[in-house]
Amino acid sequence: MSEDNYVPSSKFGKWFNDRLPLLTLSAHLREYPTPKNLNYWWTFGGILTFCLIAQIVTGVVLGMHYVAHADMAFDSVEHIMRDVNYGWLLRYIHANGASMFFLAVYIHIFRALFYGSYKSPREVIWIIGMLIYILMMATAFMGYVLPWGQMSFWGATVITNLFSAIPLVGESITTWLWGGYAVDNPTLTRFFSLHYFLPFIILGLVILHIWALHIPGNNNPIGIEIKKPSKDTVPFHPYITAKDLFALMLFLIIFSGFIFFSPNILGHPDNYIPANPMITPSHIVPEWYLLPFYAILRSVPDKLGGVLLLFASLFILIALPWLDRSKVRSAIFRPIYKNFFWLLILDVLVLGYMGAMPAEGTYLLIARIATAYYFLHFLVILPFLSSVEKTDPVPISISEPVLK
Amino acid sequence: MKTYIFKNNFIIGFFLTFLFCSSNLYGSDTKLIKVDWSFNGITGKFDRSSLQRGYQVYNEVCSSCHSMRLLSYRNLGEKGGPEFSIEQVKAIASNFEVQDGPNEEGEMFVRPGRPSDKFVSPYPNVQAASAANGGSYPPDMSVLVKARKGGADYIYSLLMGYDNSPEGFELEEGVHYNKYMDGNKIKMAKPLSEGSVTYADGTKATETQMAKDVTTFLAWAAEPHLEARHKTGVRVIIFLIVLTILVYLSMKRLWSRIDSEQ
Repeated sequence: MSEDNYVPSSKFGKWFNDRLPLLTLSAHLREYPTPKNLNYWWTFGGILTFCLIAQIVTGVVLGMHYVAHADMAFDSVEHIMRDVNYGWLLRYIHANGASMFFLAVYIHIFRALFYGSYKSPREVIWIIGMLIYILMMATAFMGYVLPWGQMSFWGATVITNLFSAIPLVGESITTWLWGGYAVDNPTLTRFFSLHYFLPFIILGLVILHIWALHIPGNNNPIGIEIKKPSKDTVPFHPYITAKDLFALMLFLIIFSGFIFFSPNILGHPDNYIPANPMITPSHIVPEWYLLPFYAILRSVPDKLGGVLLLFASLFILIALPWLDRSKVRSAIFRPIYKNFFWLLILDVLVLGYMGAMPAEGTYLLIARIATAYYFLHFLVILPFLSSVEKTDPVPISISEPVLK
Repeated sequence: MKTYIFKNNFIIGFFLTFLFCSSNLYGSDTKLIKVDWSFNGITGKFDRSSLQRGYQVYNEVCSSCHSMRLLSYRNLGEKGGPEFSIEQVKAIASNFEVQDGPNEEGEMFVRPGRPSDKFVSPYPNVQAASAANGGSYPPDMSVLVKARKGGADYIYSLLMGYDNSPEGFELEEGVHYNKYMDGNKIKMAKPLSEGSVTYADGTKATETQMAKDVTTFLAWAAEPHLEARHKTGVRVIIFLIVLTILVYLSMKRLWSRIDSEQ
């Protein structure tokens, strides 16, 4: 690649670059050869980076005004909403930012599923991505606890109680997580500490995610290996940066719609009631982005079984590169896989809906079928399909898309 | 290729539908009385005189049981709220007795309220409030509108929802029938009836009028920066749209070099 023989033009630049090659890195990032046929589904990487930074920046400022104490947390959030200059804006960006972050990450993940971006040689990118996703869920969950409203408190109670299902040591682990015998002030303060800390781990993983991406280079909509650099690639800057920026602007318009015109639509009204250990809300539901997993958890009548299935549903994703053995990456050339892809999306949406409904009667039955199908997709359909599916002919290069 | 692009848009549609469905699960109830509030919509603002009347209803009726501990008297004079004048706010605050101290002798003392004081609560604590109200705590009203499904419509419906209980409906002592309350049973007696207050601005104090005014006041109390939020939002979105168009045009121009190579 051309950046290998990059030489800074100024004398100081050369002196500095010999000692710490930041300029070489910057040249690499600019010239990084990117497939020219990337569509808008590929812009979510940039959008997600923006989301992470926006969450960190607003979060750091909110942290200056927030008080992590069971008696003061709720009021300090209201203090931010009422008395801190533009505090309402910071908090609404941060709260809706979490939802937008998850919306973007779900699109990003399903894009990888559709175009087979997790396949060799990109397994490590995929695994790091999944770790980021799992950490995001942990971070978001702990963030939701901080306002110390009714859903904060009871959500924390339900989720931390899951660990009590572990045989023998479960009860001790739960007590250790709580820092006491119930969710209380020690739980809140450690959640605040971890909620502040984990995003920086995520940031580190994002850097590794991008690093791992830059080794094989981007996958692309037709999913073939391309020569880099070549007629099929463009330099990352200015071509991809311009396109990513345009997509980010569109994303920001939707984001702003939520922030300014319906900032509470994605939250639960009960979280504006201060936490009360004596009153249990009639329905305890997590935020929308965790609902599919909540449905899987509740679809098993046994607590330990539910917890195991919940974790299995996540870890199964990590194994995906080895479950789908098809050599063809892009679903465009996989006529049967394509249908199962859309079925999986439908399945996850159904799970999400069932997660918001009470776990009883028909809802529970549908949730169970959808849970079974989720595992069927990854454990049976994908491995089976890899061996029987007759794929369509794949083009040789992006510039010559026809092979016939 | 065409159908595949169509499918792509489909998934976004799916996601958005899902988002709005899931929010509706938490957020609204179709059976409520729907009011066309002045503060709804992207340019919505509070009706200033309605806010002032609403404060009067809160002060003369609700505040005998319901606290509003997150608000300060100064908020009544701030922009985007009832916007009472500074003199009015000082006068309102001075009507309340606030415990302060300790003074130099180490004694607690009572003084007239100042604009910087929080709204004085009717009861010293939750237990006292519950004890005085048949064991049921009258909820703090500071963020009540945001803490109930259906928001302002719910509060309004509840105020208008008192009725005689249907034939055969069992009501315990000290419990009232309400069409919109969960389980149709409410401990609060019907709070508003024609002429409960005499409006300073001469508006006729009908039940509907008072319910609307006090609900507007509570909506503002829960979201005091709503007007600033709407105003900023319109500006931000216009700015973003203009910038998006410029970014789009630059991108098209840049990519035309690549596209023409093909």
